[in-house]
Amino acid sequence: MGYFLRAANPANGLIADSSRDSAPCSIAATGLGLAAYAVGAERGFLSRGDAAARTLAALRFLSDSPQGEEEDATGHRGFYYHFLDMQTGRRVWQCELSMIDTAILIAGVLTTGCYFTAEGNDEREIRECARFLYERVDWPWATAGGSVLRMGWKPGAGFLSYGWEGYSEAMLLYILALGSPTHPLPPDRYGAWTRTYQWENLYGIDVLFAAPLFIHQLSHIWIDFRGIQDAFMREKSCDYFENSRRATQIQQQYAMRNPRSFAGYDEHCWGITAGLGPGFTPRQYEHGLERQYHGYVARGVPFGPDDGTLAPWAAAASMPFAPEIVAPTLRHVRDRHPHAISANGLLTSFNPGFKNNGGGAGGGGDGAIRGWLSPEHQGVDQGPVALMLENHRSGLLWRLMRGCPAIVAGLRRAGFRKGWLGSASR
Amino acid sequence: MTAAEANDSGSRPAMPVTPGYDVALAANVRPPGWTNPKPASNYHLVIIGAGPAGLVAAAGAAALGARVALVERNLLGGDCLNVGCVPSKALLRSARFYADLDQAPTFTGGAPMGSDADFPAVMERMRRLRAHLSRHDSAERFQSLGVDVFIGEAAFAGPRLIQVAGAGLPFSKAVIATGARPSRPDIAGLDECGYLTNETVFNLTERPRRLLVIGGGPLGCEMAQAFARLGCSVTIANKERYFLPDEERDAAEILANALRRDGIEVRHNTVVTGVSREGMEKRVRLVNDHQESTVVVDEILAGVGRVPNVAGLNLEAAGIAYDQKRGVLVDDHLRTSNRRVYAVGDVALERKFTHMAEATARMVIQNALFMGRKRLSSLTIPWCTYTDPEIAHVGLYVQDGRKGGHPLKTFTIPMSDVDRAVLDGEDEGFVKIHVREGTDTILGATIVARHAGEMINEISLAMVAGIGLKTISQVIHSYPTQAEAIRKAADAYQRTRVSPFLAWLSRRWLAWSR
Ligand SMILES: Cc1cc2nc3c(=O)[nH]c(=O)nc-3n(C[C@H](O)[C@H](O)[C@H](O)COP(=O)(O)OP(=O)(O)OC[C@H]3O[C@@H](n4cnc5c(N)ncnc54)[C@H](O)[C@@H]3O)c2cc1C
Repeated sequence: MGYFLRAANPANGLIADSSRDSAPCSIAATGLGLAAYAVGAERGFLSRGDAAARTLAALRFLSDSPQGEEEDATGHRGFYYHFLDMQTGRRVWQCELSMIDTAILIAGVLTTGCYFTAEGNDEREIRECARFLYERVDWPWATAGGSVLRMGWKPGAGFLSYGWEGYSEAMLLYILALGSPTHPLPPDRYGAWTRTYQWENLYGIDVLFAAPLFIHQLSHIWIDFRGIQDAFMREKSCDYFENSRRATQIQQQYAMRNPRSFAGYDEHCWGITAGLGPGFTPRQYEHGLERQYHGYVARGVPFGPDDGTLAPWAAAASMPFAPEIVAPTLRHVRDRHPHAISANGLLTSFNPGFKNNGGGAGGGGDGAIRGWLSPEHQGVDQGPVALMLENHRSGLLWRLMRGCPAIVAGLRRAGFRKGWLGSASR
Repeated sequence: MTAAEANDSGSRPAMPVTPGYDVALAANVRPPGWTNPKPASNYHLVIIGAGPAGLVAAAGAAALGARVALVERNLLGGDCLNVGCVPSKALLRSARFYADLDQAPTFTGGAPMGSDADFPAVMERMRRLRAHLSRHDSAERFQSLGVDVFIGEAAFAGPRLIQVAGAGLPFSKAVIATGARPSRPDIAGLDECGYLTNETVFNLTERPRRLLVIGGGPLGCEMAQAFARLGCSVTIANKERYFLPDEERDAAEILANALRRDGIEVRHNTVVTGVSREGMEKRVRLVNDHQESTVVVDEILAGVGRVPNVAGLNLEAAGIAYDQKRGVLVDDHLRTSNRRVYAVGDVALERKFTHMAEATARMVIQNALFMGRKRLSSLTIPWCTYTDPEIAHVGLYVQDGRKGGHPLKTFTIPMSDVDRAVLDGEDEGFVKIHVREGTDTILGATIVARHAGEMINEISLAMVAGIGLKTISQVIHSYPTQAEAIRKAADAYQRTRVSPFLAWLSRRWLAWSR
């Protein structure tokens, strides 16, 4: 929560990607921050008026900032560039127009629309902006005429060749795209996406497989998947919430097996996901074990990459799914690895066994410094923790979004039935 | 020989040209001074091409008493022996040895041994082993089996006549087994600057310092890893997002990580747009999602697919339909549009493997000579990419299964759960067995493991014999072996059969009988 209050530019509402100096805005962090304002207001971290003002600054900026094919626009066709200048809000780093990050942003935007339901000019404007921003996104355009949504687009160059295939965090993207009243994605595209799913029995656990943990969390920040099923989950007699519980158990199972003998891994110390790491080092050997470290990579279990870097924030964000294993894990991290919790209480990534031989970032260069600690916090780490813990405690976001017409329509069009959605098709 | 000289031998080398073992090879597969026999007045079977497909067809038909002619324009043994499987796997083995040396600390606990590969010696070993294995494919051996071996370029002269070196070979039945050759990448400046293919790369005697491999298929991945482990600095440019685009994504990602660990610079989603020469160096322009970059290398190896050898066969004269891309068109019985002519192996098949060439050759002996009705579609076909770890597959992929409307379930065993793999320091990878949901019927499998090629055979056997996971779990596998991973997958299946009711029942029984 504190991260978002500190990392926002009050003038335009944009939220920095990380706590690093001069970090640009990440639209995903901004979306998570918008949702966090609602939580913060509800919990009394900030006043409702302050939350509304912060929200409005962002929504106004997002509504008014330039959209188009120019190299330095803020977005195009309702989508936004992944990274924006914190002050001007223009595209930086030649980055891509990002479909998934736009979905996270829009999910945050819709959250504010569902939370600020009072009369009064500010809250009314929030609702209007939220609706405008969602309805402006031209989702079908992002398929580039193909069957699945593409990952990105760049001015001049066009669409990136990658599409969203295989179970992933893009569930949120598909649901939002299907639910649009103005530019809906045809429902058969959801079938094209689930066709690449893989249902596996791993460590004796049946699961819709995806290696990094955050994949099993991101869509669940907003969507209450408990008890609702699409065709795939009906076939498997499961639901996505239960699936994330199992994915969390698999993380624990992996850490208990600890095939690469990494320091610290055990039943109460796990959390392997995409994120920062010590930095690239050449292959090295320690006590007969091969070690090679990485910077930012999509770490995952059980097939890696895994370099011994743990993300306790990712464990924390699994709290709603499996509190019986997450809570002891967080206690363990607090007791054994207190440095992984910063002064202001934020969890970060660390690598307890990292031995700095001069390569890589972090630690010292004297050849024997043990351990690496992420020098920064990231919005996309802190957001899921705050929001999922809130869901665990009160179910606030789930409740808000169960009333969000976009989410309801998207889920129905994807073929979800039962549970809180009911069985009526529309 | 340098690569420049290797290149000069053109797209179809008449003969590996180094002295020594290559002379022994030639004595077997292209004997100097060979004189073609006098053609018979009619052959039961004339076979064009003496690669694995042609050799198996010839030996099999002759053993059954048929009068057989075998025509080869270049080297008996075909691509597989001379410029394919055999030399590539010989190099991979040496490369694996050097990789193991690099891993010395993990076996000894001590210091790295650090050893620079002796590239010329590694190539010499490959030539020695190739010459050794060539004895099976020798012209003399086939002659002694009763096959009339003709050296020369064959072409049809009519629906029942093949012409070679001025002689006519009249046939009752014929088999086209002319194989395939490397596709030529369409890249500006590449021809002028020179590049290697599988037809020339095995002629190298000096190690190129920097190598660019174009293509992320089996050939590109295998060779990139081999050369990197032998001490070249290797970049691989793959136009797809993953290596081996047909394979499972997990497999492809493990492979990409393995290649990176070997120090290879992996460029996915990257197209080579042009090459220019600067002195002895080649400057290669690459584009990745619209972003340009340049790499400077000494050699370029292209492995961008294979095209069937249909040109020059005068197929029209025999009324045989073909397509430049798909090759000779055949029905499910491998028969061409000329009822007397069949086609097998790389020239006709989408799956271009030696074991496919040989399996289809065996089918064709039945179908052509004994009115057999063997079907291509009935084959269970495994394949393997021999990188480290190896990636082997048989049967359906999950995606195909889901498209076909079969609910599938996959039983996954990480190799790190297999004792022998851990003890061997070879615990990277997995066994994934796909079954029809709710049954133990195996529809396919992917294995990523150091010896995946050996392990996949057990699954192929089970599939062909109709053995399900239930039976496999009852088969005692010796301990400790890496193939136990397969039994573990079967055990995992068995555990899903224990319903809560059964578990309850057995608890009650035990409580009662205490
Ligand atoms: C580098 C490399 C590695 C490989 N590794 C493997 C592997 O590990 N495992 C595997 O299963 N497969 C592998 N393959 C594929 C394998 O080599 C082929 O699938 C196999 O050789 C096909 O056999 P074939 O008999 O159909 O054709 P070929 O082996 O190509 O033989 C065809 C023969 O026909 C001759 N010919 C062509 N036209 C005429 C004509 N007009 N007249 C007379 N003769 C003619 C050719 O000279 C040739 O000798 C590899 C291929 C390459 C290039």
